[in-house]
Amino acid sequence: MIRHLLSAADLDAGTATMVLDTAAEMAALADREVKKLPTLRGRTVVNLFYEDSTRTRISFEAAAKRLSADVINFSAKGSSVSKGESLKDTALTLQAMGADAVVIRHSASGAPHRLANWIDGTVVNAGDGTHEHPTQALLDAYTMRSRLGRLAGLNVAIVGDVLHSRVARSNVLLLHTLGAKVTLIAPPTLLPVGVDAWPAETSYHLDSVLPDADVVMMLRVQRERMDQAYFPSAREYSRRYGLDVARMRRLPEHAIVMHPGPMNRGMEITPEVADSPRSTIVEQVANGVSVRMAVLYLLLGGKA
Amino acid sequence: MSYPSSGRQSGSDASQRTGSPGTPAFRAPGEPATRPDGTVPAPVSSAPVAVSAPSPSETDVSPEGPAKTILSAADIARVVDRIAHQILEKTSGAADTILLGVPTRGVPLAHRLAERIHTFEGVTVPVGALDVTLYRDDLRLRGARALGRTELPPGGIDGRRVILIDDVLFSGRTVRAALDALGDLGRPSVVQLAVLVDRGHRELPIRADYVGKNIPTALAENVRVALTETDGVDEVRLLGGVR
Repeated sequence: MIRHLLSAADLDAGTATMVLDTAAEMAALADREVKKLPTLRGRTVVNLFYEDSTRTRISFEAAAKRLSADVINFSAKGSSVSKGESLKDTALTLQAMGADAVVIRHSASGAPHRLANWIDGTVVNAGDGTHEHPTQALLDAYTMRSRLGRLAGLNVAIVGDVLHSRVARSNVLLLHTLGAKVTLIAPPTLLPVGVDAWPAETSYHLDSVLPDADVVMMLRVQRERMDQAYFPSAREYSRRYGLDVARMRRLPEHAIVMHPGPMNRGMEITPEVADSPRSTIVEQVANGVSVRMAVLYLLLGGKA
Repeated sequence: MSYPSSGRQSGSDASQRTGSPGTPAFRAPGEPATRPDGTVPAPVSSAPVAVSAPSPSETDVSPEGPAKTILSAADIARVVDRIAHQILEKTSGAADTILLGVPTRGVPLAHRLAERIHTFEGVTVPVGALDVTLYRDDLRLRGARALGRTELPPGGIDGRRVILIDDVLFSGRTVRAALDALGDLGRPSVVQLAVLVDRGHRELPIRADYVGKNIPTALAENVRVALTETDGVDEVRLLGGVR
């Protein structure tokens, strides 16, 4: 069994399917009068967020609380980190306070892996630099499965800033494990080196991919990580790689539009598309809680 | 969701169903179970049984060790018929009653009971499923596991008579978990319990309202219920023994 969830590659097809099935049962909780389960009573989950986040942190917090775990939220701002405390010392402090699980978001790729070597508890990667974001991939897969009924054989187009996207990396790994076919679409400057080794196709032309896509996942252009000019202008990027109504019409009837959020409306996606019935953006947030409950339950539920 | 009954570990009722080893967390449901223990058949005490027909007692050697058939397919059918009659009798015609099966094998049993009740009196009793995994007190001992389905009949459980259906009543811990789960789902007017087999060794003050058969067992023994819907055959067997 896996002890930590650091990468989407940690999950084999059976385990990933079990997470999705468990999440489907957890989702039923939302319709109940008492939205609480006693499963993780007495367990402590620390949300260790070195980077800004809205939905991921709230989602993990809600998931842990619905399972009755005690939640400690830590954000780097206003903590001893600003006095120069290292990740290791922070981790050892949390360990001493009895954290059973640490959910970490960090701007450095690989920070969760380091953390996993330092502490006894479970580590869940909630996004590390430009590396991975496995629970986002799980909730995306869950959303696709619940909307389209299956994952095997789906054509998934992931469009935009693949270079800086941990969401894209985790999705490629997980969707490949679960039998979907992934195509990455981006300008050449926004595809990472070594992308040919990934289990995915690549293309520079969005329009040629759309007619066969079951799922289009738009990625945010991560300007905060861009230290140079990756494309001539925002307008040109938007014209070539943005999803507008005209492009959405070229999709098959059943196809869905996803976005991990936060969106730059008007940049990679137009408001009309984002708010259309095909868009699963709000659904993805709701599913995030169920999937994170499943992950916390499966990682922590059985631990002594 | 099945574990061996090796001695008096604070066991659960579920542990007595199919008896697979250990508990790798993340074990998929329905994974083949193997059980290398149990070599000598335990003496089955001759206690009063609640079944009309005497059970055939054939002894054979299965891969899990010596086994003894306690209820045959015909016995199970008779037991289900009788419990259906008892439910009708005790609930004055099963009005405002719902049957909630505890996965895995409680669910097909609940459907069978509802079908029999319908045959006998033409009453349609709603059937649902109640998975108690997330309410168990032994998760830490045995690891997280796949969840079963929870499905409540339309209208929910508020103000209605809920009859919990399970295959084996053992420690009583599954029932305790089920009562906690019910409390989060609503407020039934009455909660009753029907089980196919009561094997004793309760660890909590819990008893069943409807019992198919009382089977006195040793703790080292293992009661294995097989149903056509889940296992391809109707049969209750006693496995294992003195070690």
